[in-house]
Amino acid sequence: MGFFLETLIGGLMAGMLYSLVALGFVLIFKASGVFNFAQGAMVLFAALAMARFAEWIPAWTGLDNLLLANLIAFVLAGAVMFAVAWLIEYLVLRHLVNQEGATLLMATLGITYFLDGLGQTIFGSDIYKIDIGMPKEPLMLFDSVFEGGLLVSQEDLIAAGISAALVAMLTVFFQKTSTGRALRAVADDHQAAQSIGIPLNRIWVIVWCVAGVVALVAGMIWGSKLGVQFSLSAVALRALPVVILGGLTSVPGAILGGLIIGVGEKLSEVFLGPYVGGGIEIWFAYVLALVVLLFRPQGLFGEKIIDRV
Amino acid sequence: MSDKRIGDVILDVKNISLAFGGVKALTDISFDVREHEIRAIIGPNGAGKSSMLNCINGVYTPQTGTISFRGQTFDHMDSRQVAEMGIARTFQNLALFKGMSVLDNIMTGRNLRIKSNILLQALRIGPAEREEMQHRAYVEHIIDFLEIQAHRKTPVGQLPYGLQKRVDLGRALALEPKVLLLDEPMAGMNVEEKQDMCRFILDVNDEFGTTVVLIEHDMSVVMDISDRVVVLDYGKKIGDGTPEEVRNNPEVISAYLGTSH
Repeated sequence: MGFFLETLIGGLMAGMLYSLVALGFVLIFKASGVFNFAQGAMVLFAALAMARFAEWIPAWTGLDNLLLANLIAFVLAGAVMFAVAWLIEYLVLRHLVNQEGATLLMATLGITYFLDGLGQTIFGSDIYKIDIGMPKEPLMLFDSVFEGGLLVSQEDLIAAGISAALVAMLTVFFQKTSTGRALRAVADDHQAAQSIGIPLNRIWVIVWCVAGVVALVAGMIWGSKLGVQFSLSAVALRALPVVILGGLTSVPGAILGGLIIGVGEKLSEVFLGPYVGGGIEIWFAYVLALVVLLFRPQGLFGEKIIDRV
Repeated sequence: MSDKRIGDVILDVKNISLAFGGVKALTDISFDVREHEIRAIIGPNGAGKSSMLNCINGVYTPQTGTISFRGQTFDHMDSRQVAEMGIARTFQNLALFKGMSVLDNIMTGRNLRIKSNILLQALRIGPAEREEMQHRAYVEHIIDFLEIQAHRKTPVGQLPYGLQKRVDLGRALALEPKVLLLDEPMAGMNVEEKQDMCRFILDVNDEFGTTVVLIEHDMSVVMDISDRVVVLDYGKKIGDGTPEEVRNNPEVISAYLGTSH
Protein backbone atom coordinates (compact mmCIF):
# COMPACT_ATOMS: atom_id res chain seq x y z
CA MET A 1 0.00 0.00 0.00
CA GLY A 2 2.68 2.44 1.07
CA PHE A 3 4.83 1.57 -1.90
CA PHE A 4 1.96 1.98 -4.35
CA LEU A 5 1.13 5.41 -2.92
CA GLU A 6 4.75 6.46 -3.03
CA THR A 7 4.97 5.49 -6.67
CA LEU A 8 1.72 7.31 -7.35
CA ILE A 9 2.95 10.49 -5.68
CA GLY A 10 6.29 10.26 -7.44
CA GLY A 11 4.36 10.00 -10.70
CA LEU A 12 2.21 12.98 -9.86
CA MET A 13 5.30 15.08 -9.18
CA ALA A 14 6.95 14.12 -12.42
CA GLY A 15 3.65 14.67 -14.20
CA MET A 16 3.38 18.16 -12.82
CA LEU A 17 6.59 19.16 -14.49
CA TYR A 18 5.33 17.76 -17.79
CA SER A 19 2.18 19.81 -17.20
CA LEU A 20 4.20 22.99 -16.85
CA VAL A 21 5.93 22.49 -20.17
CA ALA A 22 2.68 21.42 -21.82
CA LEU A 23 1.01 24.54 -20.46
CA GLY A 24 3.51 26.64 -22.40
CA PHE A 25 2.53 24.84 -25.62
CA VAL A 26 -1.18 25.25 -24.99
CA LEU A 27 -1.04 28.96 -24.12
CA ILE A 28 0.69 29.87 -27.34
CA PHE A 29 -1.33 27.50 -29.51
CA LYS A 30 -4.62 28.78 -28.15
CA ALA A 31 -3.86 32.43 -28.65
CA SER A 32 -2.03 32.37 -31.95
CA GLY A 33 -2.51 28.95 -33.53
CA VAL A 34 1.26 28.44 -33.51
CA PHE A 35 2.53 25.09 -32.36
CA ASN A 36 5.58 26.37 -30.56
CA PHE A 37 8.24 23.75 -30.98
CA ALA A 38 10.64 26.10 -29.20
CA GLN A 39 8.98 25.70 -25.81
CA GLY A 40 11.68 23.21 -24.73
CA ALA A 41 14.43 25.52 -25.90
CA MET A 42 12.79 28.30 -23.94
CA VAL A 43 12.85 26.11 -20.83
CA LEU A 44 16.57 25.51 -21.34
CA PHE A 45 17.26 29.16 -22.09
CA ALA A 46 15.37 30.34 -19.02
CA ALA A 47 17.02 27.76 -16.77
CA LEU A 48 20.47 28.70 -18.08
CA ALA A 49 19.79 32.38 -17.48
CA MET A 50 18.51 31.70 -13.99
CA ALA A 51 21.42 29.42 -13.07
CA ARG A 52 24.08 31.80 -14.33
CA PHE A 53 22.53 34.94 -12.83
CA ALA A 54 22.27 33.17 -9.49
CA GLU A 55 25.98 32.44 -9.81
CA TRP A 56 27.02 35.86 -11.13
CA ILE A 57 25.06 38.08 -8.79
CA PRO A 58 26.84 37.04 -5.57
CA ALA A 59 30.14 37.25 -7.47
CA TRP A 60 29.45 40.79 -8.72
CA THR A 61 27.81 42.29 -5.67
CA GLY A 62 29.19 40.26 -2.81
CA LEU A 63 25.64 39.33 -1.83
CA ASP A 64 25.68 36.22 0.30
CA ASN A 65 21.99 35.70 0.92
CA LEU A 66 21.09 32.66 -1.17
CA LEU A 67 17.36 33.31 -1.29
CA LEU A 68 17.75 36.97 -2.26
CA ALA A 69 20.31 36.13 -4.93
CA ASN A 70 17.95 33.52 -6.36
CA LEU A 71 15.07 35.95 -6.28
CA ILE A 72 17.04 38.58 -8.20
CA ALA A 73 18.23 35.90 -10.62
CA PHE A 74 14.61 34.83 -11.14
CA VAL A 75 13.50 38.38 -11.89
CA LEU A 76 16.43 38.97 -14.27
CA ALA A 77 15.80 35.66 -16.04
CA GLY A 78 12.14 36.66 -16.30
CA ALA A 79 13.18 39.94 -17.91
CA VAL A 80 15.39 38.00 -20.34
CA MET A 81 12.42 35.79 -21.26
CA PHE A 82 10.26 38.87 -21.86
CA ALA A 83 12.93 40.19 -24.20
CA VAL A 84 13.10 36.84 -25.99
CA ALA A 85 9.30 36.79 -26.33
CA TRP A 86 9.21 40.30 -27.73
CA LEU A 87 12.03 39.59 -30.20
CA ILE A 88 10.39 36.39 -31.43
CA GLU A 89 7.14 38.21 -32.05
CA TYR A 90 8.74 41.27 -33.57
CA LEU A 91 11.34 39.59 -35.76
CA VAL A 92 9.64 36.34 -36.75
CA LEU A 93 5.93 35.88 -36.09
CA ARG A 94 4.73 39.35 -37.05
CA HIS A 95 5.92 38.67 -40.59
CA LEU A 96 4.26 35.27 -40.75
CA VAL A 97 0.70 36.24 -39.80
CA ASN A 98 -1.86 34.14 -41.68
CA GLN A 99 0.74 31.70 -42.99
CA GLU A 100 0.22 27.96 -43.07
CA GLY A 101 0.59 26.01 -39.84
CA ALA A 102 3.54 24.11 -41.29
CA THR A 103 5.36 27.37 -42.05
CA LEU A 104 4.92 28.55 -38.48
CA LEU A 105 6.02 25.19 -37.14
CA MET A 106 9.19 25.38 -39.22
CA ALA A 107 9.80 28.89 -37.94
CA THR A 108 9.55 27.76 -34.32
CA LEU A 109 11.81 24.81 -35.15
CA GLY A 110 14.35 27.35 -36.36
CA ILE A 111 13.88 29.37 -33.19
CA THR A 112 14.51 26.19 -31.18
CA TYR A 113 17.97 25.66 -32.62
CA PHE A 114 18.77 29.34 -32.52
CA LEU A 115 17.81 29.60 -28.84
CA ASP A 116 19.73 26.41 -27.98
CA GLY A 117 22.82 27.88 -29.55
CA LEU A 118 22.37 31.42 -28.27
CA GLY A 119 21.78 30.21 -24.72
CA GLN A 120 25.03 28.30 -24.70
CA THR A 121 26.93 31.14 -26.35
CA ILE A 122 25.82 33.64 -23.73
CA PHE A 123 25.60 31.48 -20.66
CA GLY A 124 28.10 28.71 -21.37
CA SER A 125 27.63 25.05 -22.14
CA ASP A 126 28.64 23.26 -18.96
CA ILE A 127 26.28 21.65 -16.54
CA TYR A 128 25.09 24.22 -14.02
CA LYS A 129 23.05 23.82 -10.94
CA ILE A 130 20.19 25.86 -9.64
CA ASP A 131 20.17 25.79 -5.88
CA ILE A 132 17.07 27.46 -4.55
CA GLY A 133 17.68 25.99 -1.14
CA MET A 134 15.10 23.23 -1.33
CA PRO A 135 15.50 20.63 1.42
CA LYS A 136 16.73 17.35 -0.01
CA GLU A 137 15.90 14.89 2.75
CA PRO A 138 12.60 13.03 2.32
CA LEU A 139 9.67 13.41 4.65
CA MET A 140 7.92 10.58 6.45
CA LEU A 141 4.14 10.96 6.37
CA PHE A 142 1.28 8.92 7.84
CA ASP A 143 3.71 6.95 9.92
CA SER A 144 0.98 6.17 12.40
CA VAL A 145 -1.77 5.45 9.88
CA PHE A 146 -0.27 2.37 8.29
CA GLU A 147 2.91 0.44 8.56
CA GLY A 148 6.01 1.89 6.94
CA GLY A 149 4.36 5.27 6.36
CA LEU A 150 4.89 7.30 3.20
CA LEU A 151 8.25 8.54 2.08
CA VAL A 152 7.81 11.79 0.18
CA SER A 153 10.51 14.06 -1.18
CA GLN A 154 10.24 17.54 0.32
CA GLU A 155 11.74 18.97 -2.83
CA ASP A 156 8.89 17.50 -4.84
CA LEU A 157 6.33 18.89 -2.43
CA ILE A 158 7.72 22.41 -2.71
CA ALA A 159 7.88 22.06 -6.48
CA ALA A 160 4.24 20.99 -6.46
CA GLY A 161 3.38 24.03 -4.37
CA ILE A 162 5.17 26.37 -6.77
CA SER A 163 3.46 24.82 -9.79
CA ALA A 164 0.05 25.01 -8.16
CA ALA A 165 0.64 28.66 -7.29
CA LEU A 166 1.64 29.37 -10.88
CA VAL A 167 -1.46 27.69 -12.26
CA ALA A 168 -3.64 29.59 -9.77
CA MET A 169 -2.04 32.88 -10.80
CA LEU A 170 -2.55 32.11 -14.48
CA THR A 171 -6.19 31.27 -13.81
CA VAL A 172 -6.79 34.58 -12.05
CA PHE A 173 -4.97 36.39 -14.84
CA PHE A 174 -7.07 34.74 -17.55
CA GLN A 175 -10.43 34.90 -15.79
CA LYS A 176 -10.35 38.14 -13.82
CA THR A 177 -8.39 40.72 -15.79
CA SER A 178 -9.31 42.59 -18.94
CA THR A 179 -6.05 41.48 -20.56
CA GLY A 180 -6.92 37.88 -19.76
CA ARG A 181 -10.32 38.41 -21.33
CA ALA A 182 -8.66 39.86 -24.40
CA LEU A 183 -6.35 36.83 -24.58
CA ARG A 184 -9.30 34.46 -24.49
CA ALA A 185 -11.06 36.55 -27.09
CA VAL A 186 -8.07 36.42 -29.43
CA ALA A 187 -7.82 32.67 -28.90
CA ASP A 188 -11.42 32.28 -30.07
CA ASP A 189 -11.59 34.62 -33.04
CA HIS A 190 -8.85 36.89 -34.38
CA GLN A 191 -11.00 39.02 -36.64
CA ALA A 192 -13.71 39.69 -34.10
CA ALA A 193 -11.10 40.53 -31.49
CA GLN A 194 -9.59 43.06 -33.86
CA SER A 195 -12.96 44.60 -34.57
CA ILE A 196 -13.42 45.55 -30.93
CA GLY A 197 -9.98 47.13 -30.80
CA ILE A 198 -7.88 44.35 -29.28
CA PRO A 199 -4.37 44.71 -30.71
CA LEU A 200 -3.30 41.26 -31.94
CA ASN A 201 0.42 41.96 -31.93
CA ARG A 202 0.45 43.12 -28.35
CA ILE A 203 -1.62 40.15 -27.25
CA TRP A 204 0.82 37.78 -28.93
CA VAL A 205 3.77 39.40 -27.17
CA ILE A 206 1.94 39.00 -23.88
CA VAL A 207 1.20 35.32 -24.56
CA TRP A 208 4.83 34.62 -25.41
CA CYS A 209 5.87 36.46 -22.25
CA VAL A 210 3.52 34.33 -20.19
CA ALA A 211 4.84 31.20 -21.92
CA GLY A 212 8.35 32.48 -21.14
CA VAL A 213 7.54 32.78 -17.45
CA VAL A 214 6.00 29.31 -17.45
CA ALA A 215 9.17 28.03 -19.14
CA LEU A 216 11.25 29.76 -16.48
CA VAL A 217 9.36 28.13 -13.62
CA ALA A 218 9.56 24.74 -15.33
CA GLY A 219 13.27 25.27 -16.01
CA MET A 220 13.92 26.31 -12.45
CA ILE A 221 12.25 23.23 -10.99
CA TRP A 222 13.73 20.75 -13.48
CA GLY A 223 17.08 22.46 -13.15
CA SER A 224 17.15 22.23 -9.39
CA LYS A 225 16.25 18.53 -9.58
CA LEU A 226 18.45 17.41 -12.44
CA GLY A 227 20.92 20.24 -13.09
CA VAL A 228 20.79 22.64 -16.00
CA GLN A 229 22.16 21.06 -19.12
CA PHE A 230 21.49 20.76 -22.80
CA SER A 231 19.21 17.73 -22.35
CA LEU A 232 16.65 20.02 -20.69
CA SER A 233 15.70 21.16 -24.17
CA ALA A 234 14.49 17.63 -24.88
CA VAL A 235 12.00 17.90 -22.04
CA ALA A 236 9.70 19.42 -24.63
CA LEU A 237 9.62 16.10 -26.44
CA ARG A 238 8.42 14.44 -23.25
CA ALA A 239 5.63 17.00 -23.02
CA LEU A 240 4.38 16.45 -26.58
CA PRO A 241 2.34 13.35 -25.68
CA VAL A 242 0.89 15.34 -22.79
CA VAL A 243 -0.40 17.97 -25.15
CA ILE A 244 -1.86 15.36 -27.47
CA LEU A 245 -3.51 13.57 -24.56
CA GLY A 246 -4.96 16.68 -22.96
CA GLY A 247 -5.89 18.49 -26.14
CA LEU A 248 -3.98 21.32 -27.79
CA THR A 249 -6.44 23.99 -26.76
CA SER A 250 -7.19 23.09 -23.17
CA VAL A 251 -5.35 24.47 -20.15
CA PRO A 252 -6.97 22.00 -17.73
CA GLY A 253 -6.18 19.33 -20.33
CA ALA A 254 -2.48 20.19 -20.19
CA ILE A 255 -2.44 19.93 -16.42
CA LEU A 256 -4.46 16.71 -16.19
CA GLY A 257 -2.68 15.21 -19.18
CA GLY A 258 0.66 15.82 -17.52
CA LEU A 259 -0.49 14.17 -14.31
CA ILE A 260 -1.97 11.17 -16.14
CA ILE A 261 1.20 10.59 -18.07
CA GLY A 262 3.45 11.14 -15.07
CA VAL A 263 1.49 8.65 -12.99
CA GLY A 264 1.05 6.22 -15.89
CA GLU A 265 4.78 6.19 -16.59
CA LYS A 266 5.77 5.47 -13.03
CA LEU A 267 3.06 2.90 -12.28
CA SER A 268 3.61 0.98 -15.50
CA GLU A 269 7.35 1.01 -15.01
CA VAL A 270 7.08 -0.35 -11.49
CA PHE A 271 4.20 -2.77 -11.86
CA LEU A 272 4.32 -3.82 -15.52
CA GLY A 273 8.05 -3.33 -16.04
CA PRO A 274 9.16 -6.64 -14.54
CA TYR A 275 6.94 -8.61 -16.97
CA VAL A 276 8.13 -6.98 -20.18
CA GLY A 277 11.69 -6.33 -19.19
CA GLY A 278 11.49 -2.70 -18.10
CA GLY A 279 12.08 0.48 -20.03
CA ILE A 280 8.36 1.22 -20.26
CA GLU A 281 8.84 4.72 -18.89
CA ILE A 282 10.55 5.79 -22.08
CA TRP A 283 7.82 4.87 -24.52
CA PHE A 284 4.69 4.68 -22.38
CA ALA A 285 3.68 8.31 -22.95
CA TYR A 286 4.03 8.05 -26.71
CA VAL A 287 1.99 4.88 -26.96
CA LEU A 288 -0.70 6.42 -24.79
CA ALA A 289 -0.73 9.50 -27.04
CA LEU A 290 -0.98 7.27 -30.10
CA VAL A 291 -3.99 5.44 -28.66
CA VAL A 292 -5.65 8.75 -27.85
CA LEU A 293 -4.98 9.97 -31.39
CA LEU A 294 -6.74 6.89 -32.76
CA PHE A 295 -9.89 7.27 -30.70
CA ARG A 296 -10.08 10.96 -29.77
CA PRO A 297 -7.90 12.99 -32.12
CA GLN A 298 -8.87 16.25 -30.39
CA GLY A 299 -7.48 14.95 -27.08
CA LEU A 300 -9.39 14.47 -23.86
CA PHE A 301 -10.41 18.10 -23.49
CA GLY A 302 -9.59 19.75 -26.79
CA GLU A 303 -12.13 21.35 -29.08
CA LYS A 304 -13.50 19.10 -31.74
CA ILE A 305 -12.88 20.82 -35.02
CA ILE A 306 -15.63 20.21 -37.50
CA ASP A 307 -14.94 21.44 -40.98
CA ARG A 308 -17.85 21.97 -43.26
CA VAL A 309 -17.13 20.58 -46.66
CA MET B 1 -38.94 58.17 -38.38
CA SER B 2 -39.61 61.59 -39.74
CA ASP B 3 -39.25 63.39 -36.43
CA LYS B 4 -35.66 62.44 -35.68
CA ARG B 5 -32.92 64.94 -36.35
CA ILE B 6 -30.48 63.81 -38.98
CA GLY B 7 -27.17 65.60 -38.45
CA ASP B 8 -24.14 66.42 -40.57
CA VAL B 9 -22.08 63.96 -42.55
CA ILE B 10 -20.21 61.73 -40.08
CA LEU B 11 -18.73 59.18 -42.46
CA ASP B 12 -17.76 60.11 -45.99
CA VAL B 13 -16.57 57.50 -48.45
CA LYS B 14 -14.95 58.91 -51.60
CA ASN B 15 -13.97 57.10 -54.81
CA ILE B 16 -13.13 53.77 -53.18
CA SER B 17 -11.78 51.09 -55.52
CA LEU B 18 -10.72 47.67 -54.35
CA ALA B 19 -9.40 44.78 -56.43
CA PHE B 20 -8.16 41.34 -55.51
CA GLY B 21 -5.71 40.54 -58.28
CA GLY B 22 -7.78 40.86 -61.44
CA VAL B 23 -11.13 40.76 -59.67
CA LYS B 24 -12.62 44.16 -59.12
CA ALA B 25 -14.62 44.04 -55.92
CA LEU B 26 -15.40 47.75 -55.79
CA THR B 27 -15.14 50.41 -58.48
CA ASP B 28 -15.12 54.09 -57.61
CA ILE B 29 -17.71 53.97 -54.84
CA SER B 30 -18.71 57.21 -53.09
CA PHE B 31 -21.43 57.80 -50.55
CA ASP B 32 -21.88 59.57 -47.25
CA VAL B 33 -23.53 58.72 -43.97
CA ARG B 34 -25.16 61.38 -41.86
CA GLU B 35 -25.22 61.42 -38.12
CA HIS B 36 -28.13 59.53 -36.56
CA GLU B 37 -29.43 58.01 -39.77
CA ILE B 38 -29.92 54.39 -40.74
CA ARG B 39 -28.07 53.90 -43.98
CA ALA B 40 -28.42 50.67 -45.88
CA ILE B 41 -26.12 49.15 -48.48
CA ILE B 42 -27.98 46.64 -50.59
CA GLY B 43 -27.22 44.60 -53.65
CA PRO B 44 -27.36 41.04 -54.97
CA ASN B 45 -24.83 38.45 -53.82
CA GLY B 46 -21.30 39.38 -54.84
CA ALA B 47 -22.17 43.03 -55.30
CA GLY B 48 -19.33 44.12 -53.00
CA LYS B 49 -21.36 44.99 -49.91
CA SER B 50 -19.19 43.16 -47.42
CA SER B 51 -16.04 44.40 -49.15
CA MET B 52 -17.29 47.93 -48.65
CA LEU B 53 -17.85 47.30 -44.96
CA ASN B 54 -14.44 45.71 -44.62
CA CYS B 55 -12.82 48.79 -46.16
CA ILE B 56 -14.52 51.05 -43.61
CA ASN B 57 -13.60 48.65 -40.84
CA GLY B 58 -9.94 48.42 -41.86
CA VAL B 59 -9.92 44.73 -42.75
CA TYR B 60 -9.23 45.55 -46.42
CA THR B 61 -7.10 48.37 -47.74
CA PRO B 62 -8.63 49.95 -50.84
CA GLN B 63 -6.26 50.74 -53.72
CA THR B 64 -7.69 54.19 -54.27
CA GLY B 65 -10.05 56.55 -52.51
CA THR B 66 -10.42 58.04 -49.06
CA ILE B 67 -12.65 57.56 -46.05
CA SER B 68 -13.40 60.50 -43.77
CA PHE B 69 -14.72 60.01 -40.28
CA ARG B 70 -15.76 63.03 -38.23
CA GLY B 71 -13.58 65.38 -40.23
CA GLN B 72 -10.46 63.21 -40.31
CA THR B 73 -9.51 61.74 -43.69
CA PHE B 74 -7.76 58.39 -44.17
CA ASP B 75 -6.63 56.50 -47.27
CA HIS B 76 -6.85 53.33 -45.28
CA MET B 77 -8.26 52.43 -41.91
CA ASP B 78 -6.64 50.41 -39.15
CA SER B 79 -8.91 47.97 -37.28
CA ARG B 80 -7.83 48.99 -33.82
CA GLN B 81 -7.88 52.70 -34.62
CA VAL B 82 -11.35 52.31 -36.10
CA ALA B 83 -12.59 50.76 -32.86
CA GLU B 84 -10.97 53.53 -30.84
CA MET B 85 -12.56 56.24 -32.98
CA GLY B 86 -15.98 54.78 -32.36
CA ILE B 87 -16.88 52.47 -35.23
CA ALA B 88 -18.06 49.02 -34.18
CA ARG B 89 -19.25 46.14 -36.33
CA THR B 90 -21.08 42.86 -36.32
CA PHE B 91 -20.35 39.90 -38.55
CA GLN B 92 -22.32 38.09 -41.21
CA ASN B 93 -20.98 34.71 -40.16
CA LEU B 94 -21.03 34.96 -36.42
CA ALA B 95 -17.60 35.65 -35.02
CA LEU B 96 -18.29 35.36 -31.34
CA PHE B 97 -15.89 34.09 -28.71
CA LYS B 98 -17.58 30.71 -28.48
CA GLY B 99 -15.95 29.41 -25.34
CA MET B 100 -16.86 32.49 -23.33
CA SER B 101 -20.15 33.36 -21.62
CA VAL B 102 -22.57 35.94 -23.00
CA LEU B 103 -21.48 38.33 -20.28
CA ASP B 104 -17.76 37.90 -21.02
CA ASN B 105 -18.34 38.27 -24.75
CA ILE B 106 -20.02 41.60 -24.26
CA MET B 107 -17.46 42.63 -21.63
CA THR B 108 -14.68 42.27 -24.21
CA GLY B 109 -16.33 45.18 -25.97
CA ARG B 110 -15.43 47.33 -22.95
CA ASN B 111 -11.77 46.35 -23.06
CA LEU B 112 -10.59 49.52 -24.76
CA ARG B 113 -12.07 51.56 -21.95
CA ILE B 114 -10.62 49.62 -19.03
CA LYS B 115 -7.68 51.64 -17.81
CA SER B 116 -6.74 50.22 -14.44
CA ASN B 117 -3.53 48.38 -13.79
CA ILE B 118 -3.57 44.65 -14.47
CA LEU B 119 -2.18 43.82 -11.04
CA LEU B 120 -4.95 45.78 -9.33
CA GLN B 121 -7.47 44.00 -11.53
CA ALA B 122 -6.12 40.59 -10.58
CA LEU B 123 -6.26 41.43 -6.90
CA ARG B 124 -9.62 43.21 -7.22
CA ILE B 125 -8.35 46.25 -5.34
CA GLY B 126 -10.19 49.57 -4.92
CA PRO B 127 -10.27 51.58 -8.13
CA ALA B 128 -9.94 48.51 -10.36
CA GLU B 129 -12.89 46.87 -8.67
CA ARG B 130 -14.95 50.04 -8.99
CA GLU B 131 -14.05 50.36 -12.67
CA GLU B 132 -14.98 46.75 -13.33
CA MET B 133 -18.34 47.36 -11.65
CA GLN B 134 -19.02 50.42 -13.81
CA HIS B 135 -18.35 48.49 -17.00
CA ARG B 136 -20.32 45.57 -15.72
CA ALA B 137 -23.27 47.90 -15.07
CA TYR B 138 -23.12 49.19 -18.64
CA VAL B 139 -22.98 45.65 -19.98
CA GLU B 140 -25.98 44.69 -17.85
CA HIS B 141 -27.81 47.61 -19.40
CA ILE B 142 -27.08 46.21 -22.85
CA ILE B 143 -28.11 42.71 -21.78
CA ASP B 144 -31.44 44.08 -20.53
CA PHE B 145 -31.87 46.07 -23.69
CA LEU B 146 -31.33 43.02 -25.89
CA GLU B 147 -33.51 40.86 -23.65
CA ILE B 148 -30.92 38.16 -23.07
CA GLN B 149 -30.89 38.32 -19.25
CA ALA B 150 -31.64 34.63 -18.91
CA HIS B 151 -28.54 33.66 -20.90
CA ARG B 152 -25.96 35.82 -19.13
CA LYS B 153 -23.73 32.96 -18.03
CA THR B 154 -24.33 30.61 -20.95
CA PRO B 155 -21.38 29.92 -23.25
CA VAL B 156 -22.46 31.56 -26.49
CA GLY B 157 -21.68 28.47 -28.53
CA GLN B 158 -24.72 26.84 -26.95
CA LEU B 159 -27.21 29.58 -27.82
CA PRO B 160 -29.58 29.40 -30.79
CA TYR B 161 -28.54 31.35 -33.84
CA GLY B 162 -30.90 34.27 -33.38
CA LEU B 163 -29.65 34.90 -29.85
CA GLN B 164 -26.03 34.63 -30.95
CA LYS B 165 -26.75 37.41 -33.41
CA ARG B 166 -28.00 39.53 -30.52
CA VAL B 167 -24.84 38.85 -28.51
CA ASP B 168 -22.81 39.92 -31.55
CA LEU B 169 -24.80 43.17 -31.59
CA GLY B 170 -24.36 43.53 -27.82
CA ARG B 171 -20.60 43.21 -28.05
CA ALA B 172 -20.51 45.95 -30.68
CA LEU B 173 -22.79 48.16 -28.58
CA ALA B 174 -20.47 47.75 -25.58
CA LEU B 175 -17.95 49.92 -27.43
CA GLU B 176 -20.47 52.76 -27.26
CA PRO B 177 -19.88 53.35 -30.96
CA LYS B 178 -20.76 56.48 -32.89
CA VAL B 179 -21.30 54.37 -35.96
CA LEU B 180 -22.46 50.77 -36.00
CA LEU B 181 -21.69 48.62 -39.05
CA LEU B 182 -24.05 45.66 -39.36
CA ASP B 183 -23.12 42.93 -41.82
CA GLU B 184 -26.37 41.18 -42.79
CA PRO B 185 -27.90 41.29 -39.32
CA MET B 186 -30.98 39.41 -40.54
CA ALA B 187 -29.26 36.69 -42.57
CA GLY B 188 -30.50 33.20 -41.84
CA MET B 189 -33.23 34.32 -39.45
CA ASN B 190 -36.88 33.38 -39.38
CA VAL B 191 -39.58 36.03 -39.61
CA GLU B 192 -39.95 36.51 -35.86
CA GLU B 193 -36.22 36.80 -35.32
CA LYS B 194 -36.06 39.30 -38.16
CA GLN B 195 -38.77 41.42 -36.57
CA ASP B 196 -36.94 41.35 -33.24
CA MET B 197 -33.69 42.37 -34.90
CA CYS B 198 -35.42 45.22 -36.75
CA ARG B 199 -36.83 46.47 -33.47
CA PHE B 200 -33.40 46.35 -31.82
CA ILE B 201 -31.79 48.24 -34.68
CA LEU B 202 -34.45 50.95 -34.55
CA ASP B 203 -34.16 51.17 -30.75
CA VAL B 204 -30.37 51.38 -30.85
CA ASN B 205 -30.66 54.17 -33.36
CA ASP B 206 -33.24 55.91 -31.24
CA GLU B 207 -32.10 55.32 -27.64
CA PHE B 208 -28.33 55.31 -28.03
CA GLY B 209 -28.37 57.83 -30.87
CA THR B 210 -26.12 55.51 -32.86
CA THR B 211 -25.66 55.96 -36.57
CA VAL B 212 -26.28 52.64 -38.31
CA VAL B 213 -24.82 51.39 -41.58
CA LEU B 214 -26.31 48.06 -42.50
CA ILE B 215 -25.85 45.59 -45.27
CA GLU B 216 -28.79 43.46 -46.22
CA HIS B 217 -30.15 41.68 -49.18
CA ASP B 218 -33.65 41.29 -47.81
CA MET B 219 -35.09 44.24 -49.69
CA SER B 220 -38.37 44.53 -47.75
CA VAL B 221 -36.65 44.84 -44.37
CA VAL B 222 -34.30 47.50 -45.66
CA MET B 223 -37.05 49.58 -47.18
CA ASP B 224 -38.93 49.61 -43.90
CA ILE B 225 -36.20 50.78 -41.56
CA SER B 226 -33.66 52.75 -43.61
CA ASP B 227 -33.49 56.48 -44.13
CA ARG B 228 -31.33 56.24 -47.23
CA VAL B 229 -30.14 53.34 -49.33
CA VAL B 230 -27.04 52.75 -51.49
CA VAL B 231 -27.41 50.07 -54.15
CA LEU B 232 -24.35 48.17 -55.40
CA ASP B 233 -24.16 45.77 -58.30
CA TYR B 234 -20.97 44.08 -59.51
CA GLY B 235 -18.94 46.49 -57.39
CA LYS B 236 -20.48 49.60 -58.90
CA LYS B 237 -22.91 52.01 -57.34
CA ILE B 238 -26.14 52.00 -59.32
CA GLY B 239 -28.45 53.85 -56.98
CA ASP B 240 -28.51 56.09 -53.94
CA GLY B 241 -31.40 57.79 -52.20
CA THR B 242 -34.46 57.30 -50.05
CA PRO B 243 -36.12 53.87 -50.16
CA GLU B 244 -38.83 55.41 -52.32
CA GLU B 245 -36.37 56.78 -54.88
CA VAL B 246 -34.38 53.56 -54.96
CA ARG B 247 -37.50 51.47 -55.40
CA ASN B 248 -38.45 53.45 -58.48
CA ASN B 249 -34.97 53.58 -60.00
CA PRO B 250 -35.19 51.51 -63.19
CA GLU B 251 -31.55 50.49 -63.07
CA VAL B 252 -32.00 49.12 -59.56
CA ILE B 253 -35.13 47.30 -60.55
CA SER B 254 -33.47 45.53 -63.44
CA ALA B 255 -30.26 44.71 -61.56
CA TYR B 256 -31.72 43.76 -58.28
CA LEU B 257 -35.19 42.45 -58.89
CA GLY B 258 -34.66 41.19 -62.40
CA THR B 259 -36.15 42.81 -65.47
CA SER B 260 -39.48 41.05 -65.16
CA HIS B 261 -40.55 43.35 -62.34
